[in-house]
Amino acid sequence: MKVLVCVKQTFDTEAKIDLKDGKISDAGINMIINPYDEVAVEEALQVKEKGLAKEVVVVSAGSDKAVEAIRTALAMGADRGILVKQDADADEFARAKVLAKIISDEAPNIVLAGHVAADDGSSQVPTRVAEILGWPHINVATTLEIADGKATCNCEADGGNQITEVALPAMISTQVSLNEPRYPSMKGIMQAKKKPVDTVEAEAVESKAKIIEFALPEAKAAGKKLEGEPEELALAIADFIKNEAKVEIKK
Amino acid sequence: MAGTWIFVEQRDGNIRKVTFEMLSEAQKWGDEVSAVVFGKGVAGLAPELAQYGAAKVLVAEDDIFAEYNTGAYVAQLAAMIEESSPNAVLFAHTFNGRDLAARIAQKLELGLATDCLEADISAGKGVFTRSIYAGKALAKVEIASAPVMGTIRAGVWEVTENAGAGEVVNVDVKATAADVYQNVKEFIPTVSARPELTEADVVVSGGRGCKGPEGIALVEELADLMGGAVGGSRASIDSGWLGHELQVGQTGKVVNPTLYIAAGISGAIQHLAGMSSSKFVVSINTDEEAPIFSVTDLGAVGDLFKIIPTLIEELKK
Ligand SMILES: Cc1cc2nc3c(=O)[nH]c(=O)nc-3n(C[C@H](O)[C@H](O)[C@H](O)COP(=O)(O)OP(=O)(O)OC[C@H]3O[C@@H](n4cnc5c(N)ncnc54)[C@H](O)[C@@H]3O)c2cc1C
Ligand SMILES: Nc1ncnc2c1ncn2[C@@H]1O[C@H](COP(=O)(O)O)[C@@H](O)[C@H]1O
Repeated sequence: MKVLVCVKQTFDTEAKIDLKDGKISDAGINMIINPYDEVAVEEALQVKEKGLAKEVVVVSAGSDKAVEAIRTALAMGADRGILVKQDADADEFARAKVLAKIISDEAPNIVLAGHVAADDGSSQVPTRVAEILGWPHINVATTLEIADGKATCNCEADGGNQITEVALPAMISTQVSLNEPRYPSMKGIMQAKKKPVDTVEAEAVESKAKIIEFALPEAKAAGKKLEGEPEELALAIADFIKNEAKVEIKK
Repeated sequence: MAGTWIFVEQRDGNIRKVTFEMLSEAQKWGDEVSAVVFGKGVAGLAPELAQYGAAKVLVAEDDIFAEYNTGAYVAQLAAMIEESSPNAVLFAHTFNGRDLAARIAQKLELGLATDCLEADISAGKGVFTRSIYAGKALAKVEIASAPVMGTIRAGVWEVTENAGAGEVVNVDVKATAADVYQNVKEFIPTVSARPELTEADVVVSGGRGCKGPEGIALVEELADLMGGAVGGSRASIDSGWLGHELQVGQTGKVVNPTLYIAAGISGAIQHLAGMSSSKFVVSINTDEEAPIFSVTDLGAVGDLFKIIPTLIEELKK
């Protein structure tokens, strides 16, 4: 079996966002693997370690810089990488198209992805890729079991836990609680430098959605900060709850 | 224009509030608003949908739709869109809503704006405002493919009553058993008498400062007094004091309540990502420098173990 992981390079979640020339500035920003994708890489490695898969391939679509995200995944233990060079303006439709192309060429049995990217927060790409491939997709997975050509997951649905089973090949998108990603070891980092990374140009696909404006949210006006005896503070909060927020109290 | 369709998010006939929020807001675009509902025995939901402005209720009734199922729902909705060419189709940004929306968008080769906070829809065009970088920036996205498609975050739009005709239109069932490729073996609802985090009007969250189950019990008692939901920071979830589904923040849920109370939470940027759009924020923290105070309307610098019990007594009066 072969496992493929879709990895997106994103801003560090601590990053402060600024605009430059009307666009999000990446100056001085530390780039990381999207946190959910790190979990996806870890899961792929565990599938391999259980003897269920022979190879873990990592794919990222983005600029030349995205190769760093691939190298990190290789340092964790993935076997090889593919960088698809694609314009940053590509929308989810265009990104799904190029990723689906690579996936159909690679023909893995299972594809792991994150359920949402921490930057654009769109939660679309894995679902779209699955639709192009005609595959089932299990989203927001918190467990994964592979047996008899099937994948079964617990997933975090609205209002409960859903247990879904699908036949492979399938797309699985991760929730962070799926596992605890390992840190690359020194040896892993050294080995990663020698592992193969192919670079391919993305086929030209026209985007369907266009960002026409970026803005920063209005900063919230500083509120009141009270110090004093606990009783006084409790009274002030009770007053705020009843008279400002106007919350109904259920006695 | 050829109408705005609102896909109804329901389970066992219980309609999610976000559906009513979308129906209410859609009245503003001056186009006929239809509710689209799939299920078994769902025609009876029409009067409830009409109450918020649905002129028509497009109903696909069949056993195959009894529960959400990707393949059958996609086949049905795609066929309906191709036949009727609505101007816009909106979905809730929920587990099922975003699955259906992204599948349909890809199948029909359309653009889609997800997790939207605002929408401005006109003939053949939709401009959506989305929060990106976990709320640290906003992007306006234009969708020019037809129909215009978006998924909407719960709790950002007001619910207003608008008597609609609510005319029930039964549509032909196009999905067949061959469309089903996924086996939902079980759905185990979270047993909680409390409202769901993303829909709650009041959320009380506890962090590492709660120090353990006793601190969390205070948070729960306070939440229950206001009919609110309980949430937590990653620190309290990782400590096992609360279930994973209750994490608020970048890698948890984004909440939009009228009142958010943060007890013993420092206010890390990843936590703020999940709650900073709350209408009123109250924080209790022993550290006057805690970053949570920068997004707080009323902050109390003090010990939650001393403040919350008195607060509970006071609210009960
Ligand atoms: C990729 C990534 C994603 C993340 N996603 C999330 C997320 O979704 N949600 C999230 O919450 N975090 C997330 N985090 C973690 C985040 O960075 C913080 O570590 C976490 O929010 C801290 O939780 P906390 O505020 O409860 O704990 P701490 O930061 O330890 O704060 C505890 C606070 O309690 C106060 N306190 C102590 N005793 C008392 C008392 N008796 N009374 C009152 N106050 C008291 C302290 O002064 C302190 O401010 C993420 C981190 C990363 C790297
Ligand atoms: N440019 C990309 N390259 C590789 N994988 C991606 C890319 N964009 C999105 N993905 C995958 O799709 C997931 C969800 O992203 P999104 O739909 O953008 O929220 C991510 O966690 C990745 O696994």
